Amino acid sequence: MLTKSEEIYLLRKLGRQANVLEIDMIDAEWSEHCSYKSSRKYVRSLPSRGKRVIVGPGYDAGVLDIGDDDVITVHIESHNHPSAVEPYGGAATGVGGVIRDIISMGTRPVALLDALRFSSIDKVKKTSKSKWLFRNVVRGIADYGNCIGIPTVGGDIEFDNSFKDYCLVDVAAIGLGKRSQIISNHAEDGDIIVLAGNPTGKDGIRGASFASKLLDNEEDRSAVQIPDPFLEKLLIEATIEATNRNCINATKDLGGGGLSCCLSELSHLVEKGFEIELYAVHTKMDDITPNEIMISESQERMVYVINKNKLSTFDEIFTKYGITYSIIGKVSGKDNLKILYEGKPIASLSCNLMVNAPLAKWKSKRPNYLNNLKTKIKMEMLDNYNDILLRLLANPNIGNKDWVYQQYDHEVGLRTVIKPGSNASVIRVNDNKFVSIKLDGNSKHCYLDPYQGMLGCLSESCRNVACTGAQPIGILDHLQFGSPENPHIYWTFIKSIKAIIDFCSYMKIPVVGGKVSFYNETMNSPIKPSPVIGTIGLIKDKTHITNNVPNSGNRLFILGHTREELGGSEYFELIDREKYGRVPKVNLNTDKKNRSAVLDMIEKGLIEFVHDCSKGGIGTALSELAIFGNTGINIDLKNIPNTCTRNDFLLFSETHSRYIIGTNNPDELKKFMRNRKCKFSEIGRTDSTMTLRIHESGKEVINLPLKELANRYNTMNNTMDGI
Amino acid sequence: MKIGIVVFPGSNCDRDVHHVLNDVMGINAQYIWHTEESINQYDALILPGGFSYGDRLRAGVIAAQSPIVEAIKKKAQEGLPILGICNGFQILVEAGLLPGALVKNVKLQFSCKWLKMEVLNVNTPFTNMFSLNDEVTIPIAHGEGRFVIDDDKLGELKRNNQIVFKYKDQNPNGSTEMIAAICNKEGNVMGLMPHPERASESILLPNQTKSNAGLIFHSLKNFLSSYVKN
Repeated sequence: MLTKSEEIYLLRKLGRQANVLEIDMIDAEWSEHCSYKSSRKYVRSLPSRGKRVIVGPGYDAGVLDIGDDDVITVHIESHNHPSAVEPYGGAATGVGGVIRDIISMGTRPVALLDALRFSSIDKVKKTSKSKWLFRNVVRGIADYGNCIGIPTVGGDIEFDNSFKDYCLVDVAAIGLGKRSQIISNHAEDGDIIVLAGNPTGKDGIRGASFASKLLDNEEDRSAVQIPDPFLEKLLIEATIEATNRNCINATKDLGGGGLSCCLSELSHLVEKGFEIELYAVHTKMDDITPNEIMISESQERMVYVINKNKLSTFDEIFTKYGITYSIIGKVSGKDNLKILYEGKPIASLSCNLMVNAPLAKWKSKRPNYLNNLKTKIKMEMLDNYNDILLRLLANPNIGNKDWVYQQYDHEVGLRTVIKPGSNASVIRVNDNKFVSIKLDGNSKHCYLDPYQGMLGCLSESCRNVACTGAQPIGILDHLQFGSPENPHIYWTFIKSIKAIIDFCSYMKIPVVGGKVSFYNETMNSPIKPSPVIGTIGLIKDKTHITNNVPNSGNRLFILGHTREELGGSEYFELIDREKYGRVPKVNLNTDKKNRSAVLDMIEKGLIEFVHDCSKGGIGTALSELAIFGNTGINIDLKNIPNTCTRNDFLLFSETHSRYIIGTNNPDELKKFMRNRKCKFSEIGRTDSTMTLRIHESGKEVINLPLKELANRYNTMNNTMDGI
Repeated sequence: MKIGIVVFPGSNCDRDVHHVLNDVMGINAQYIWHTEESINQYDALILPGGFSYGDRLRAGVIAAQSPIVEAIKKKAQEGLPILGICNGFQILVEAGLLPGALVKNVKLQFSCKWLKMEVLNVNTPFTNMFSLNDEVTIPIAHGEGRFVIDDDKLGELKRNNQIVFKYKDQNPNGSTEMIAAICNKEGNVMGLMPHPERASESILLPNQTKSNAGLIFHSLKNFLSSYVKN
């Protein structure tokens, strides 16, 4: 619904009363979801330029130059509200939407990733809502992605009780193409406008508006769209064929706000006017009104602008794939979206007016809870570290997530070199060029310190990508918060933006795409600030691809200094100290220094495997290495550079910018890191004992057989399988 | 030598098989869109994986009704080597070219993972370069891959040596006797649930594993080169 001041603004700009259809169109386009009216001012200030950036944020997908005429397109979207009421359809259509953004650029989608957030699934019944949401979101993504033949290669999953009765479903997609074939999006008077794909129906009516308010009841399922992956697959193939045969002048997918938003944004993009006859639209039913046609969010639809001489080629291609299309209008004049029904004009609006919603102005204020956090940690010594480590490994935020990844076809396309569940996923462009990608977030850190938490997400994501041997070349940001109308929440949003600007400017990594999603609230409470960061990295040599599986290289090193940073850590949550301690602080200089040291050592062949240290700290990272490599590990804690007062803090602190490295060449490695003035030390070895042993100068701290570690690490898989 | 890859709407491993045959194995392979009328120019046919017609009703059943399948049946009778991978296997079963049925995995869940299978028949055009009981590392990716068959027909499969591959160590989907691949009585038509094209390049194998799954395509090349010129 338009606000009072928006209504006044509209009246002033239009010079007349808008009719009901026009108000519906404006309402969809001016919804938070489509207009970014609460965030646009801030998002615009993100650093988005770089020598590789061909198209930055603001279009359907960002385009990055990766050399030799190759480009990758990247985009991230969420489908939170729909998934929270109808997890299967909501998640599936979320996948569909982001895929169409990739094909809109004329590129072939080659990989998907998901960042998912749910309420805890620990100690809850099999029939609990959190498990129901989790199970069905994963199934929705799987059924859709598998059917269209695009591998889901990885992602990030987090469980936190601030997502009670809710969930976040973020989907990122990567496309591959040739620079010369990127759709340039232009139009001439007389060009034909075609709507292809699903017949328009009454599903997803007012979806964009639905997503732009709090989730207050579940009677809104009719606002959720119905997925048809088979049709999507046909649209992908037909669009790519039509692009290759130069049929398409401009194209855009239909997402939030349906035809209304698609047409206004596309006409604005090509700086032309569109004249549309709604009667020509192929529909699911006869009793659908023109208003419904304009704002329906039926899925698997695309609009194409084509030269009329190309119509016969276009027809040949779309007929081959059995895709229904209608010619719904023509390009004519400038800056006017004119809608007709059976020849009679029923709406006429300036595209400029539609796509430039008046900015919303909200107050921002530092939330009070931040003043009540206890930064001093007072707690008694715990003695059984074996038990703590096992409980951490069993935590679904840390443990193995094969139950999820095995439901996704992550191999189709023959590009998945490093598979899901690793530091980052690596996909093959060709035999000497690879792209690495990882999504990361940490809502616990972001809740306790939105600025440092956000820096941490960026650091972790870049670190993960670097661990595969890839140089970060672009960032995706997905900013998810509660209502911007709440000054405390808006403050956390502004802090997060500041962190992205600071990090990306310092590291010279451009933001190439993103999305802001507000109003992530139920009647219970708003979610914690839950930004998700995606980092895209480039590997230019096959030999640089690096994994985190110890097969060779038995000498273990740690790079980075461990501080007592347990605020928001998994360890403190485990022992009920959620609001204690300081969250890890990112020192940008150290972060950059350590990351480039790792990349250079990989290039020099000094690193056999490398693993990121984050959630669950060193304790978790070492356990994972032992499990992945099916190898014993022996570590002396005394050797780890740190400023921690206790061994449990040292083991489970989540300080950033740390790496655990395995090498066969310890002398060269030491020399290199010394030259780079990095903080590092040799901490132990892998061995054939089949146990993880951590001691402090001989005094035992942890001693666990591999089998037990692996068993606990698999807890989530066993729980979800119902064993 | 020319291999045809039959593409239905919704096939999605067609490009993968095309890449492996042409770029890795050096075999000339071409796409055949499902409406093409003549398939006489091919020395072998591959029905790739995917979700033909969205796997509506049940996997493979709609594609099995298309006219090109009639032509494929004729070729099968003439003895042309025909390989169905995953959805291709489902289509061959639905078309009646192979016995049994492929139903939903026991867990009712899609499953994509690497596993091992064992070779039981080395006398087909697709396995002639293996040795009996060879172990093959290969990934599966299916939701409806549980092979079921009644006892009589199972006996027949065994008597005729029609079980070509079995899963090893674990049964990923609940298949009868861990069956992963079968062939027809004559041996020229084989259906296989796992994906050999995904295990034919070392860079795609999970860390430090090795696989001889590519021998399936090499075997076909070997078989064809014995009587096809060029």
